[in-house]
Amino acid sequence: MSYLGHTPEEGDRMLAAVGISSVEELAAQIPAAQRMQEALDLPAGLSEHELRNDLEQLGRHNYDPAATPAFLGGGIYDHIVPALIDALVSRPEFATAYTPYQPEVAQGTLAAIYEFQTMICELTGMEVANASMYDGASAAAEALLLAVHATRGERVLLAEGVHPRTAGVIATYLDGSGVKLEHLSARDGCLQPEALEAAIAGGGGAVAGVLVQSPNVYGLLEPLDRLGPALQAHGRGSRRPHLVVSADPLSLGLLAAPGELGAETVVGDVQPLGIPAQFGGPTAGFLATRRAWVRRLPGRLVAEAQDAEGRRGYTLTLQTREQHIRREKATSNICTNSGLMMLRATIYLALVGPQGLREVAEQCLARSRYAFEKLAAVPGVERVYAGPFFREFVVRLPQSAARVVQRVYREANLLAGIPLERLMPERERPHDLLVAVTEKRSRDEIDALAMALETALG
Amino acid sequence: MDTRAPGCGPDSICSAAGPVELIYEKSSAGHRGYRFPRLDVPAGDAGAVPSALRRQQAPRLPEVTEPVVARHYVALSLFNHHVEKNLYPLGSCTMKYNPKINEELGRHPRFAPLHPEVPSELAQGMLALLWRLGEQLKAITGLPAVSLQPAAGAQGELLGMKLFRAYHRKQGNAKKTVLFPDSAHGTNPASVVLSGFTPRQIPSRADGRLDLEAFSAALDDKTAGVMITNPNTLGLFEPQMVTLAERVHALDGLVYMDGANLNALMGLSRVSELGVDVVHMNLHKTFSTPHGGGGPGAGPVAVSDRLEPFLPVPRIVRTEEGYALDEDRPDSVGRLHPFHGNVGVALRAYAYIRSLGADGLAAVTRAALVNANYLMRQVQDEWPVPKGELCMHEFVADAAWTRKHGVRNIDVAKRILDYGFHAPTVSFPLIVPDALMVEPTETETRATLDRFAAVLREIAREVRETPDVLRAAPTCTCVGRLDEAGAARRLNVRWEPQDGRDEG
Repeated sequence: MSYLGHTPEEGDRMLAAVGISSVEELAAQIPAAQRMQEALDLPAGLSEHELRNDLEQLGRHNYDPAATPAFLGGGIYDHIVPALIDALVSRPEFATAYTPYQPEVAQGTLAAIYEFQTMICELTGMEVANASMYDGASAAAEALLLAVHATRGERVLLAEGVHPRTAGVIATYLDGSGVKLEHLSARDGCLQPEALEAAIAGGGGAVAGVLVQSPNVYGLLEPLDRLGPALQAHGRGSRRPHLVVSADPLSLGLLAAPGELGAETVVGDVQPLGIPAQFGGPTAGFLATRRAWVRRLPGRLVAEAQDAEGRRGYTLTLQTREQHIRREKATSNICTNSGLMMLRATIYLALVGPQGLREVAEQCLARSRYAFEKLAAVPGVERVYAGPFFREFVVRLPQSAARVVQRVYREANLLAGIPLERLMPERERPHDLLVAVTEKRSRDEIDALAMALETALG
Repeated sequence: MDTRAPGCGPDSICSAAGPVELIYEKSSAGHRGYRFPRLDVPAGDAGAVPSALRRQQAPRLPEVTEPVVARHYVALSLFNHHVEKNLYPLGSCTMKYNPKINEELGRHPRFAPLHPEVPSELAQGMLALLWRLGEQLKAITGLPAVSLQPAAGAQGELLGMKLFRAYHRKQGNAKKTVLFPDSAHGTNPASVVLSGFTPRQIPSRADGRLDLEAFSAALDDKTAGVMITNPNTLGLFEPQMVTLAERVHALDGLVYMDGANLNALMGLSRVSELGVDVVHMNLHKTFSTPHGGGGPGAGPVAVSDRLEPFLPVPRIVRTEEGYALDEDRPDSVGRLHPFHGNVGVALRAYAYIRSLGADGLAAVTRAALVNANYLMRQVQDEWPVPKGELCMHEFVADAAWTRKHGVRNIDVAKRILDYGFHAPTVSFPLIVPDALMVEPTETETRATLDRFAAVLREIAREVRETPDVLRAAPTCTCVGRLDEAGAARRLNVRWEPQDGRDEG
């Protein structure tokens, strides 16, 4: 296939018209020794029809998501995606535009970002939110870097319940920054305020920030109402360690805004809000914080502006924080947001509204509790944690969770969950299974899972 | 030829009252735009969430019906310039046509809903696709290994610097500085700092190319490596990069290539022949995936053998039993993305490369060069291009001459909007302070380029004869030039209801 604006002959004529002898003259800007002598080692191109067949054939080697009820979570959740979202984000006006450097011809993108910033502030209880980040993990890393720069602390603490994949990304980001990364053990799956206080008091330097994820990797709700006050007691003014909360935006239809519980910065991933799984990406991260830190925010930020006639518009703002102006003094090297995914989340939140968001969160809660009781009643299956959870929980099986997942898939065409070992091999919990239950999982499907587990374990 | 764009008259979508409305302003209590399935399990008991962790007050979200949401976002969309509306010559961003088939395939029901934590044997098609994309990128760059994890070009740069770090740590090298020319993208120095190195900027030569001798003089045993954009941000190939790379390697330093402009090299030159240890590729530029109003893109890296052991986990590998994920990589920098990068973007890029094939990609590069040079020659009498007789895929015109008429390059950019085109890049490269960085891309026709050239000539006339028109531009867009300084001063970054104070 070809999408070229001219044929080779037309190209020759264009060059002749401007006094250039040939394409070869252009190519010769590259010295001969650095030129390729042979063709690219790639197969010949395909027509649209052939390409569709190629994907069709590859697709047969994937499980069939439409026919396979999945209880998979671990950071990517199987929520309903309203039809309107695809219809709107497929519009070339949104999809084929770029970063709104010229605001007068990008008001659509800019207004949507401003709406997104507002919605994220509302959900998180924070004062400013940026235009989105690549994903929740990089947002968490950037929030901790913000804490390091703001407090000049030297240590960053991660609660055990932070998703190990997020913790891994943070470790990569912080490597070379001189900051010490420390992990805080959980009791009953959650960070205890006493453990947090002990770690801060433990010495080894000032703490810049503490990252707590809630619901955490086990699905449990961290005691944020007691962690915030525990931090308040440490440090004064700008040196006080930041409580950085990684939150699930969908859960915030039901759960208290972390900003009301003492969070200094709230991050997360908006994948649950209308973004398909896509094997884990793209999604969009969000980062919301106190107004005091607005000049330290990484990434794009949109503000209301006026034109000379007083008409209201929107524009990128405080760009002196950013790499294209500040270069090595920038707050981050990020130079885009995750525009189209952010737009999906914005449309989702507009569609469901406050009642819808609360309802979907309550449904996740009710369905996951129902599933938890059902699965825990299967002979041989044990409960692991007693604390409150949202949408996701851990059960202990009498044998390898990975083998059970495979058996349940083969025999019942269900994806039972994620073996915890897959996420945290070093913790040696081969029998633990992480099960996620969204509003899409019907009672019949949950009952079928319980029955399939019973058969597989029988 | 009539070069005027249709304006927004009083009857159009742009009413004088301020046309850009927010979804919040269409909210009506009790309205809802979506219905969830009926709850078919017992409703949860109140005790399931401790009251201290329960939300007491609902978040302020719009309350609107589906038709209102549809109409609102369609209305907003119409305020955007986009590739399917007209030329989008934003230099360095490669705003080419985004094929529809790739979008259709991106929504494929066997790919789009795939969860990343399934056993690998259930995702063999997806892993095969990602592995094949890696092979394609290896063929295009000539480098032996690829990671698809970086979610954007800037994250690819960050990974590149982390690889520098891991390599030097393993070698026991005490390296400190990373050198780059002053024509570099702003992300380069920012990425260097984020990785704990010290950035050092080297002035370019008068002809816009990197200064080999200045670089060589700055090299020492503390040099971790260099970051070079090739072709550079002026649209010029850097022939001396190879020699520089040899000198950097002689000090056990490493060479990063910013591959933002890889679309100028396909089938012409292999990155591997340029002495490169790591290059990032912007799938949303060279390989036509949509820019999405500012992402998501993807910034995979290709690396030389010496950096391969340090690539992030998991690696997608092909074994006798099929495709698998390899986490057992002791020298790896670790994880950069929670899963496998922006797979949805990678899929579209795979489809693009697969559909064009070897000849098609080589033709893309050649056509991009033809279009850029054709346009440059059409306009350079009025808009001088000080650096380079010929260019690769883009050129940087210098608008400095307009200053004596009281007009800046930003005014020129705004006036271009009035004619229905997007403006060129004006914020960099820094070495041309009045830059108009123009990248037409290969998908534009001669007729479109002629129209744009005519507009640029017309604007040059306006600069000389009616400069006030430029300073007042744009006037044909839905809002006029926005007061960005005032916006930063007042800093309103979220909507509040009119009675916001009362509601708290």
